[in-house]
This record gives sequence, structure tokens and C-alpha cells, in this order.
Amino acid sequence: MNKLLLSAVAALALASGPVLAQPTDILNASYDIARELFEAENAAYAATGATVTINQSHAGSSAQARAVLEGLQADVVTFNQVTDVQKLVEGGYVSEDWTSDFPNNAAPFYSFPSFLVRSGNPKAIKDWGDLAAEGVQVIFPNPKTSGNGRYTYLAARAWATEAYAGDEAKIEEFLTKLFANVPVFETGGRAATTAFTERQLGDVLVTFEAETLAVVKQLGADKYEAVVPSVSFLSEFPVAVVDKVVDARGSRDLAKAYLDFLFTPEGQEVAAANFHRPQDATVAAAHAATFPEIRLVTVEDAFGGWDKVAADHFADGGLLDKVFVNQ
Amino acid sequence: MSLSAQRSIGANVLIGLSFVFVALALVVPLALIFSFALREGLGAYFDAILKPDTLHAIFLTVITAVIVVPINMVVGAALAWLVTRFKFRGQQLLVAIIELPAAVSPIVAGIVYLFLYGNQGLLGPLLQSIGLQIMFTPLAIVLVSLFVTAPYVARELVPLMRQQGTDDEEAALSLGANGWQMFLRVTLPNIRWGLVYGAVLTNARVMGEFGAVSVVSGSIRGQTNTLPLQINLLFNDFNIAGSFAAASTLALIAVITLVLKSMLESWERR
Repeated sequence: MNKLLLSAVAALALASGPVLAQPTDILNASYDIARELFEAENAAYAATGATVTINQSHAGSSAQARAVLEGLQADVVTFNQVTDVQKLVEGGYVSEDWTSDFPNNAAPFYSFPSFLVRSGNPKAIKDWGDLAAEGVQVIFPNPKTSGNGRYTYLAARAWATEAYAGDEAKIEEFLTKLFANVPVFETGGRAATTAFTERQLGDVLVTFEAETLAVVKQLGADKYEAVVPSVSFLSEFPVAVVDKVVDARGSRDLAKAYLDFLFTPEGQEVAAANFHRPQDATVAAAHAATFPEIRLVTVEDAFGGWDKVAADHFADGGLLDKVFVNQ
Repeated sequence: MSLSAQRSIGANVLIGLSFVFVALALVVPLALIFSFALREGLGAYFDAILKPDTLHAIFLTVITAVIVVPINMVVGAALAWLVTRFKFRGQQLLVAIIELPAAVSPIVAGIVYLFLYGNQGLLGPLLQSIGLQIMFTPLAIVLVSLFVTAPYVARELVPLMRQQGTDDEEAALSLGANGWQMFLRVTLPNIRWGLVYGAVLTNARVMGEFGAVSVVSGSIRGQTNTLPLQINLLFNDFNIAGSFAAASTLALIAVITLVLKSMLESWERR
């Protein structure tokens, strides 16, 4: 018994002890629905001859930001929200000028809130207005806990602002109806997907286009259809090196090289194959058949930037709380 | 019509109802786990279990139990000894505190550990200054498992030792045994079944714990994912067969533990 215990402690110490030698692995803390994407990216990165082991941790983007602040030893973060990286900047984990470390504001790929409906689209859902109709059940994750859900709220509001010519009363009426049509708010993007597919809840799932296309591919075009609305909200997925962790571990070069790979044509190709829209124009052109044209509004154009969104919409008692009546 | 015949009809109905309940609530779900796990054939089943991440999750779960169960057996027995064999101020308070981990929700236990050992937590700056990382490592999983299973052994032993009283031990002492001899030859044999029950309960809880572990694990694949976390992860990956295969190993470990326990019991009674 003693011997067993001793070897168990030794194994544990090995598994958790500090890395003294040159690190051969890095940890990527990522958002919930990027599991398949980074599995493919990591395999493609290994195929380029890179010998580093990439460990993955996935949870809600904001939850991951919190975990890094509490000490999760992530060398790089790949989030779905700029605001989540900003939390790491405030905590002193990521440098102020992180957006200039990589091309395109450090966002290798993007997506936007889009729709997934059951085969044949029985409720004839075409655009945001249809989601607020009576008798339609909508599934999307809780905007309080999920970046995915916040993007959905902003996309719906951007559509309504155009549709009702900025009439705030009508916009809020629409959003209130939309939120009232949600039977259950899951905490993360993937949980919302499983609620829609495994538990068969709701008529339409609102989530990133990447997730809708992946579900159609995984679970069958005979069961689900992806529907792209007339307008949506640009959702760029930022990446950053976590300075505090890589400086302590001596893994900066490994971390930087890994994130650089995501911006190469090979990395962009993998993203496109996993239904994330690539920034690279050549790769995007090659996948034009997968990604239909869509008009995307940006946070700067529609809402005046992330800081303003945080203060006006997502603060306690903000505009989100006014329409999120059944939370 | 005699009274005993009436009673036996009533008893039979009750027994029948219990059987139906056990079948619906226990046997069917357990059978379902294995049937789902084996749905895609034996080959796919073993492929799913032998995936490195799942294999590591099994390893981590077993190691955690191997560390936590003995520690909590010793600590639980010592605590039970303390509160049943001595009288002191604050005794009732200590009994209540032992019970505490069983009373709080596992998620609270996890968050308490995060507030204590996280970088922003109470001990965070100190731990960082000496370069010791506890949160999001297997060590955090062991610590939080120790916490949530702390009451089980003491809970089994306290009523037992109260009931047995101190007569046997006093007899041993009066016959010239020293404290250690008394414990090994008298106390331990008297409480051994309580101890085994406590250990089995502790083991089951450690292996099955989800809430508290999920807060402190950081869910790094192949490093800090325990079996319950891995099952959840595979399920959310749309890997239904894989998640049920992993679930079946957890169920299997539980069944083996129970079989071992009853074998020990029957061997002891012979």
C-alpha cells in the first residue's frame, strides 16, 4: 500500500511539477465550440514539421479569461471576443498593444451569428424579424455568460435598428419578444447546440455560422438546414500570447510561432475547412461556395466600439437587462 | 383469513414494487450505458477507451482515488476517535464541521478553493511568489476531492464507536496493552466494517465528483480532465459512443469496488 501511494504521489508530482527544461508543449485556452477547429489546426501545424505539443482547454470564452486570471497556465489564448482578451490586458497578463502583434488586429478568422433550422424550415425562418413571431421557439446561449450569446443580442439589435429606423421603443419591443421566445438559456455555445440537436428543443438555433455549418455536416443535411440572415454582426476571433505565462515558462517563441501559423495559407485553409471564414483573400475565394455573401456590421459602425457596448448594453441595468425579462 | 396471510400479501406487493423501482431506477440506466457504449461494436468500444485522452482521464481518476481514500480513512478514523473517546470544549462544533463538506454544494467547494488558491485568491500572491501552481493542476483535483469526501469515513465511524463504547478498550488497557496495541488489536477490528463502508463511499464520490473538480481543473485535455469531465466533454463533442464508453468504465470501476467489498465481507464471515 505504502509503495503504491508513494508511486502515485511521484506520478502526481511529475504531472504537476514546474517545467525546468526548455518547454516542449504549450497550452491553448480556447472557447467552447472551437474544439474541432483546433484539433484540425494542431494536426496541420504538426504536419509542417513543428514538434511542439499543443494542449487544449475549452470552455466559454469569458470563463477561460477568468481561469487565466486565476492561474490557468495558458501560453496562448484564442477567444471569440475582443473584450475577453481585454480582461487579460487589465489583469497585466497580455500587453496593451496585443492587436498589433499579429495581422488584421490579431484575428485570424471570423464568423457571425446565423441560423440553424430543422429540415424543410417548417416555421419559414428567413431573417431576424421571424424570430420574434408568436409560436416560434428560439435557442441561443445566455448573453450574460456567453460571448456567442452577446454577439446574437448585438446582431439582432443591429438588424432592428435598421428595420425600425432607430425607433428605440420598437427596437426594444422586438428584442423583448425575441428573448421571450427562448425557452431555456444555456451557459455556452455548445450546450445550446446540444439542447437544439440532442434534446430537440426549439425551432431555430442562433449561433455562429461556423457551428451551424459544422452541425449540418456532422448530423446530416437531411435533418438540419443553415439559414443566413440578411444582415449580421461581424464576430472576429482574436488570438494573443499570454506574456506573463510565456515569460515565466520561456515559451514565447513556441507560442508566437503557433499563432503565426494560424495566419498562414495552410492555417487559413484549415479554418475554412472547419467553417470559420478566413481573412486570407485567396483561401476565401477557394471556399466561396461554402460561405454565401452576407452584409456584416462592425462594432465600431453600429455601436461605437466595445467599450461603449460594455457600458451601454452589458453593464448591470443596461439595455440588455431591459429586454432580457425572463433571465 | 389470518392476519399473517394478509400481511404477506401486503408485503409481497411492497416487495414487487421495490423490484420494479430498482429495475427502472438502477438496472435499466446501467444496462443502457453499456448498450449505448457497445452500439458500434466491441472494436469501436475499445478504440474509444484507448484514446490517449480518455486513458489519461481513467488514470487520473484512479490515482486521485488512490491518494484521497487512504488519507481520508486515516483522518476520518482519527476524528471519529477524537470525538467519541474524549470530552472537550467545542466537541459538538467539531462534529458539525466534519459534516460541513457534505452539506455544501460541490460547486461552492470548488469556488472556495479557487478563492483560496487562485492567483486572485487569498493565498494567490504567496503561492506565486514561491512559484507553486496549485489551481488547474492535478494537485487541485486531489485537494478538492479530499475536501468533498472528508466526512464519509467519520460519518460511518462516529455512530458505530459511540454505540460500542469504551469497555473493550478499557479491558485491553487494564490487561497491560499499550495505546498502539489497543488500537490495532481491539479498536480496529471492531470498526473495520465501518471503515470499509466509509472507504467505499469515499471512493465512489472521488471517482464520480464533477462539480467541484470542474471548477478547479481547467479541463486541459490529457492533463487535468478526470473521467466525469471527459465523459461530459465527449458528449458535448457529439461523440456519443465515446462518452458512453467512458461512462461504462466509470460504472465498471464502481461495480468492481462493490464486488470486492462484498467478497471481503463474505470472506471475513467464514
